[in-house]
Amino acid sequence: MKNHYQLLIIGGGPAGLAAAVTAANQGVSCALLDEQPAPGGQIYRSIESVPEQRAQTLGAEYRRGKELAAAFRECNVDYFSETRVWSLNREREVGVLHKDKSKIITADQILVASGAIERPVPFPGWTLPGVMQAGAGQILFKSAGVIPDDGVVLAGSGPLLLLLAWQYMQVGVEIKAMLDVTPLSNNLLAMPKLPKALLAHHYLTKGLVYQRDLKRAGVVTKIAVSDLRAEGEDNLHAVCYRHLGREHRIETDLLMTHFGVIPHIWLTQAAGCKHQWDKSQQCWRPQHDKWGNTSIEGILVAGDGAGINGAKSAEHAGRLVALQALFALGVLSQEERNKQSANERKCMQSERHIRPFLEAYFAIPQTILATPDKDTIVCRCEEITAGQIREAVANSHADSNQVKYLSRCGMGACQGRQCANAVAHIVADAGGQPVSAKSHFRGRPPVAPLTLQQLASLEEQR
Amino acid sequence: MFKQLPNDAAEKVEVILNQQTVLVPLGTTVAAMALAQGLRATRTTPVSGAKRAPFCMMGVCYDCLMIIDGQANQRACATYVRQGMQVETQQGVGPLLGDVL
Ligand code: FES
Repeated sequence: MKNHYQLLIIGGGPAGLAAAVTAANQGVSCALLDEQPAPGGQIYRSIESVPEQRAQTLGAEYRRGKELAAAFRECNVDYFSETRVWSLNREREVGVLHKDKSKIITADQILVASGAIERPVPFPGWTLPGVMQAGAGQILFKSAGVIPDDGVVLAGSGPLLLLLAWQYMQVGVEIKAMLDVTPLSNNLLAMPKLPKALLAHHYLTKGLVYQRDLKRAGVVTKIAVSDLRAEGEDNLHAVCYRHLGREHRIETDLLMTHFGVIPHIWLTQAAGCKHQWDKSQQCWRPQHDKWGNTSIEGILVAGDGAGINGAKSAEHAGRLVALQALFALGVLSQEERNKQSANERKCMQSERHIRPFLEAYFAIPQTILATPDKDTIVCRCEEITAGQIREAVANSHADSNQVKYLSRCGMGACQGRQCANAVAHIVADAGGQPVSAKSHFRGRPPVAPLTLQQLASLEEQR
Repeated sequence: MFKQLPNDAAEKVEVILNQQTVLVPLGTTVAAMALAQGLRATRTTPVSGAKRAPFCMMGVCYDCLMIIDGQANQRACATYVRQGMQVETQQGVGPLLGDVL
């Protein structure tokens, strides 16, 4: 690994890979750093090694990753897999952990393509073994062919839940129930956005096909479910919920939930990039212009880490932002950048037609986001409950960071990745101020775990 | 709870999971292996001793911390199996308190 690159790409998902292919062979020194052992990110996880039959089951959208990964392997960039980025600052110094050694490298242009994480939404019992995120179920399937043995309950809201149910059905996994928490009132809010969404009707059609197939297979789907609860002592035993005014209980040892995805912003946050609260997407995202420039010169964002738009859009955005980086490096003229990116922008925009509809249709109600049950653990690491957070707010700490200092909420190993959203919603609910850019925990390096020994290895470099 | 679909093409390695030797296809994460082997909980929490298991499988929840080759606090979902790897369920902070920043 060199000490300096003209372009450094962080993340090997669709945006990062597409950016690398665009920037390669342009005569700039370029490196791509990624935590995974192979290219693809979470969406195309294990795409190079997946057995053909499994790839077929996972669908054409997943298989698209094969071409992308192949093009990346062909291209001329320094690729560092199993490499962890633990810090980034406005001087564009990047703290990297590679082969158990720390290193600080610099770059003229840095593209953060950090992707998305699942929106963590606390509900009673969500910390029990046997409760997982739906994305986790999908990663287990993609990367290792590990699937539920004894049936699964799927609950929450959003397209991924439907996709996972359908994929599971293809390999004979018993779906004990699909519990959709999307409130019926979302239909009304989403309707005005439908005409635009019809421009990307293939997404809608696919959703309808999945629904039809599940119905034909006899999968029980309950809509407008509320009061989701996981029960058990040491492990999950049952899932409880309310439907049409009545309490229900399903015995199961596995529950997978999904409440949408949000950008993974820990790195851009630690760097000090300005972020904003996106009301429609119900998440924070780094502020950026139409070329992917953040508030810090030379730090760019593309893909779901910049705002949720899906894998196809991420690919176009990756190319577009790479062209911008090449322009900033003086390799491309403004005219060339504009010309080469025009089609990418067009494709990116048409991919996004569906988003406003999806965002309105699958919006998670405040009553779920703000964790009403006071005994529910919100901070999984430090085991801080919603009640303790509300108490802190009542003691005039109506600010997420004050709540953090007072309660230790967000100070555990995950550094608030799992509770930051819920804390912001609870603080807003209890304190009467809407969630804003300021409601996020302040992030500090290292943003990934690092032993003192690994940190000390920095010295050897000098 | 989980099973692993057979993959004849994948090379298998021996991993020692809580003193038991198991045969696992290469390319499997430690977390996936533990779940496929029927392990329900992979650690207990330092705060209350509650049982936990992998939750996100993508390296962001830190609920899958296990002891891997003697090193505590390793994310099992971000670590891939290797021949001869030793994996143990972690109790609380594990034996190497304070090693992770
Ligand atoms: S399961 Fe979440 S970090 Fe490993």
